[in-house]
Amino acid sequence: MISIEWFIALSAVLFTIGAIGVMVRRNAIVLFMCIELMLNAVNISLVAFSSYHGNVEGHMLVLFSLSVAAAEAVVGLALIIALFRNTLSVDIRNLTLMRF
Amino acid sequence: MEIYAFILLSLLAIATSIGTVLNRSAVNSALFMVLHLLTLAGLYLLLRAQFLAIIQVIVYAGAIMVLFLFVIMLLNVEEEENIIKNSRFGFIGAFMVGALLLGQVVYSLLGLAGLLPELSGQAEAIGTVEAIGDVMFTVYLMPLQVTAILLTSAVVGAMMIAEFTHADGTHQDLIEHAPEDQVDEGAA
Repeated sequence: MISIEWFIALSAVLFTIGAIGVMVRRNAIVLFMCIELMLNAVNISLVAFSSYHGNVEGHMLVLFSLSVAAAEAVVGLALIIALFRNTLSVDIRNLTLMRF
Repeated sequence: MEIYAFILLSLLAIATSIGTVLNRSAVNSALFMVLHLLTLAGLYLLLRAQFLAIIQVIVYAGAIMVLFLFVIMLLNVEEEENIIKNSRFGFIGAFMVGALLLGQVVYSLLGLAGLLPELSGQAEAIGTVEAIGDVMFTVYLMPLQVTAILLTSAVVGAMMIAEFTHADGTHQDLIEHAPEDQVDEGAA
């Protein structure tokens, strides 16, 4: 049987890859996908803890975080469309309006 | 047997997540992401969370990624020229910060090595639709209703945000897009 450390290590690695993606990429859509990667990485560790403790509450938390992720994706993509209408690109380097 | 499935799925998950991050084309990134979510569903199955595995495939790999692909196709964004060469300094910095993050998590994990639980005997029983539905509609009824409100408000908010507004403050006409002569032809 696999011990829980491996699942948490996998979750940490995937979270790190998502975080690096957020820092490296300039395309707003891909950046958004990297945020989804990080959300999913945390979900793995939640499910792992839930199963290993024999407690259903982690599963419920993942279910709710999944629906929040869906709502967040909808609003974020609408924001990206609004951004594209104004700047005709999804490059986040163009977002300098509030930079000083 | 289970350990081989874990190794295969986790390597695939890491590889597809790297593919998502380091792909020039946003469409390819999204397709790698779909594969990543499917491997995560496999990992959930290894953790005896059958219901979540199915929901992961339906909601994430199905609904959310289709939304992403729709937006990518709608905006028709050009490919990025070169991800790494354009920002080599930023890439190294991001890699260092990422390594620091990973080191921190692994270090804190090592401190917990003896405290983490073994797989519970009840793990088979809690991942089923029956067990989750039993809790969802009793203990978590209130959060479930709040989720429904959240999703509704997200849809309404997304429509408000993405709506096109003319310079004179009028909104885009959502129903009639065709010029008038074409409408007349259709009626005749």
